[in-house]
Amino acid sequence: MQYETVIGLEVHVQLSTESKLFSGSSTKFGAEPNTQANIFDLALPGTLPVLNEKAVAMAVKFGLAIGADIGKISVFDRKNYFYPDLPKGYQVSQLDYPTVGKGSLTVTLEDGSEKVIGVTRAHMEEDAGKSLHEDYHGMSGIDLNRAGTPLLEIVSEPDIRSAKEAVAYLKKLHSIIRYLDISDAIMAQGSMRCDANVSIRPVGQEEFGTRTEIKNINSFKFVEKAINYEVRRQQEVIEDGGRVVQETRLYDADRDETRSMRSKEVANDYRYFPEPDLLPIVIDDAYIDAIREQLPELPDARAERFTQEFGLSEYDAGVLVASREMADYFETAAKLSDDAKLAANWVSQDLQALLNKHSWEISESPIQAERLADLIKRIKDNTISGKIAKTVFETMVEDSSSVDAIIEAKGLKQVTDSGALESLVDQVIAENPDQVQQYRDGKVQVIGFLVGQCMQLSKGKANPAQVNELLRSKL
Amino acid sequence: MSLTKDDAEKIAHLARLHISETEATEVAGRVTDILALIDKMQSIDTENVEPLAHPFDAVQKLRPDIVTEKDQRDDLQTLAPLSQDGLYLVPKVIE
Amino acid sequence: MIEKTVAELSEALASGEITSVELTRAYLDRIALHNTELNAYITVCEESALEQARIADEQRAAGSTLPLLGIPIAHKDLFCTKGVLTTSGSKILHNFISPYDATVVERMQAAGAVMLGKTNMDEFAMGSSNESSYYGAARNPWNVDKVPGGSSGGSAAAVAADLCAMATGTDTGGSIRQPAAFCGITGIKPSYGRISRWGMIAYASSLDQAGPLCKSAEDAALLLNVMAGVDDKDSTSISLPEEDFTASLNESLEGLKIGLPKQHFAEGLDAGIEAAIRNAVAELEALGATVKEIDLPNSDLAISAYYVIAPAEASANLSRFDGVRYGYRCENPVDLEDMYKRSRSEGFGDEVKRRIMVGTYALSAGFYDAYYRKAQKIRRLVKEDYARAFEEVDVIIGPTTPSPAFGLDSIKDSVTMYLEDIYTIALNLAGLPGISVPAGFVDGLPVGMQIVATDFAEAKLLNVAHQFQKVTDWHMRKPILRNAASQQREA
Repeated sequence: MQYETVIGLEVHVQLSTESKLFSGSSTKFGAEPNTQANIFDLALPGTLPVLNEKAVAMAVKFGLAIGADIGKISVFDRKNYFYPDLPKGYQVSQLDYPTVGKGSLTVTLEDGSEKVIGVTRAHMEEDAGKSLHEDYHGMSGIDLNRAGTPLLEIVSEPDIRSAKEAVAYLKKLHSIIRYLDISDAIMAQGSMRCDANVSIRPVGQEEFGTRTEIKNINSFKFVEKAINYEVRRQQEVIEDGGRVVQETRLYDADRDETRSMRSKEVANDYRYFPEPDLLPIVIDDAYIDAIREQLPELPDARAERFTQEFGLSEYDAGVLVASREMADYFETAAKLSDDAKLAANWVSQDLQALLNKHSWEISESPIQAERLADLIKRIKDNTISGKIAKTVFETMVEDSSSVDAIIEAKGLKQVTDSGALESLVDQVIAENPDQVQQYRDGKVQVIGFLVGQCMQLSKGKANPAQVNELLRSKL
Repeated sequence: MSLTKDDAEKIAHLARLHISETEATEVAGRVTDILALIDKMQSIDTENVEPLAHPFDAVQKLRPDIVTEKDQRDDLQTLAPLSQDGLYLVPKVIE
Repeated sequence: MIEKTVAELSEALASGEITSVELTRAYLDRIALHNTELNAYITVCEESALEQARIADEQRAAGSTLPLLGIPIAHKDLFCTKGVLTTSGSKILHNFISPYDATVVERMQAAGAVMLGKTNMDEFAMGSSNESSYYGAARNPWNVDKVPGGSSGGSAAAVAADLCAMATGTDTGGSIRQPAAFCGITGIKPSYGRISRWGMIAYASSLDQAGPLCKSAEDAALLLNVMAGVDDKDSTSISLPEEDFTASLNESLEGLKIGLPKQHFAEGLDAGIEAAIRNAVAELEALGATVKEIDLPNSDLAISAYYVIAPAEASANLSRFDGVRYGYRCENPVDLEDMYKRSRSEGFGDEVKRRIMVGTYALSAGFYDAYYRKAQKIRRLVKEDYARAFEEVDVIIGPTTPSPAFGLDSIKDSVTMYLEDIYTIALNLAGLPGISVPAGFVDGLPVGMQIVATDFAEAKLLNVAHQFQKVTDWHMRKPILRNAASQQREA
């Protein structure tokens, strides 16, 4: 039997506000336990929430970026459950009236085709604290620094049909969020978290199969692996005559498998009801317009502009705009060097390889866009060849001097002086009588060998076009 | 609507209240009495009535995104039944 | 001196007739003499009160004219008071020393008031008799075998017995007005949103509202001047132009239109109370008011809706009491679930647990629409009843309670107790202001008259109440207290 996979993703993004969703405590990552938990965060009796305006603005910003309906009235609800990392015994979230309604985003698949994936909703809620499981005399330690950090939970439609599509969706989401600068969105640090709802059904079947929810996936790579594992597992269950149980499963990256979280199997009854300590948030058109004006150019629009303004291929443009920092880098290099094609190649190949090799963020690169532009300029004005440029580039990683200083110091300047080139050519003609004879006998392709000899002799600095010309005239 | 002993136990669990076998029956009875008072609501038709969550149609106020709080951990943890190394301690949390 | 109103005490302090230290000392002495019997206070802050009084006297000497400078106050024990035990009448907070002050407490302090201590109350404000307090029931000063009402029973008893000059309370379904009525004092529940709830331990967030319990309507106006006002820390507090509630106290009642809801003069009302209220209304007519009967058709349903909404909100509000960060934790929990269940079951009293059960049930899967949503719809109908009534009348008047203070331990089942709040509860659902003023006696026990006005028309309530108090002396009657020692002597 052929199966089709159906996936919906729930992505939690920590909004990068300075203070918490409902209190004035800092949201900074990595502080000493419980030093960023004030009386409200600890749910002391009598304390009340007051909503952070920045969190609302960020949620609306996201909504506009994915073309979503913005809730003119959104309402917070209490989601009730007991857990030591949830001080109030309820999480303040949005159930029926989220701030961001239906929207969508377009992803590019591996074969180059595009697919629109629906976003059902995105709502604001509070993050929980952390339970630390190191042993404190057989007890757990609770750190509430994270409790109350604003989250945006982005829920996709069940439109995703493969693990690869899921990753493409996540990467696109990540890209938009970074462009909007509303979250660090670092999966490894938990500022972006993904739960996947996965089910399978026989191809052609209309209704969905029973789904499982996979939690604890903390990298793009693991999203793909976890889903693929889960799809295989569900197929095996069905093929063995069993049926998939609706449950929450935990992804274990070490074993590359998902396993049932039995402790959560007791049916939850969250008893949602409108949070009486907060009033409805009313968002009017003027507010939406003001936020819209703050929207940066988003990846799709930027790719479109790159193809038109710089004549890049759709593919190249797509690669360059995926990260806002990368696109900014490219654009600076392209403008300063006045050669977008060269800049695109250098950024997407050499620079990317360098970053990958050292696991650097683009901001950490020792070669910033201005210096790369200088390098490109020297290729364009024939000071160095493309090949020598790679040597210069490698030197630039270690040496923070200017491009010209490096070329000068290493004596890498291309030799274009005709006197110097002439003596070089003369030497090669004298040293290679056999090849010279072959050329004169009509085997003209031998010229390539002779040019190569000249280049070698010049340690690559000779201008190959000039050498070629000189050789021909001399022979 | 009346509450059975099983219902009472289920609700008590949701609310994290401990009730013994014998208490469950009594609690179910008392809650059922209260539900009888509440159920008088069902006597009228409210089909076209909008629910009212707050007495007034006021709108949520917003707070500027500013950190106003300082670390008060040591003072606040004097209130805790059990803490160590700045952490609140609870019986083992099993994921 | 201690029997005087805040207005009178202010004059005495200003004229130098008495100092705040002397006054505070006098109240502390009286507390020492009578609190054992009345159990009005859970905590008495003798040292800090005298210190605050000393500072107040210094400030006065330096020229300060703060509105409540040097006047001793008692706070209901659900207002958080920094450095002072704050229990909300519960065992689960038996050791909770609040690290912060409620806004109401802060405002009283800023106005110069001296805090005598914290008053007894039904546990988490859930009750109409004070009997659900973990610290034992407070007693009614008019008859110590009777309840003082609840939940602000300790505050009402303390004011009635002159164990303080004024007190704060909170009202979720009648918790200021009913004890004020039972104890023969004046108590106002302002409109929802009028006073900040920051630092008030929540029972039902959309219904809770703070207010003063005091010796006259004029005092209520003075205290409201201090307590009222928007607070950035409470999203539901409402921003309104600043108002002096004493400004219109002396306006004439000529032409005032009074509505008498027929549902509040129906079966179940004590005949003596009805007679007292009808006499009081006649006094107001004599002052130029006109009276007509009005209809509040959904009155009977208000109590049903209330007992869904309040327990539902409470069930969530009380989830934070889990034995993790503060408050009571059970001995030797075997695991996490055991810690939650035993801490909460041992820490909460029976009535609180019952309301948590009802609220949890009403919100649980499958019942939300039939209970919570339905109750919210009825809430709208109740509000609309009042809105319609206020198109025809300026104030609505009736009895505060169906009967005078009942005997301790006389009401055993929850539902009968709930029906004690039958005339007060609708106002909390509708968010409206209401005041209870003394209006007579039945069998030696005080009768309270409830006056209701439209949203944010507290000034109108206070005006009517003050004019009534100018022509009556019910509010000046005092109970005769007998402390344990004098009782022994008599025996």
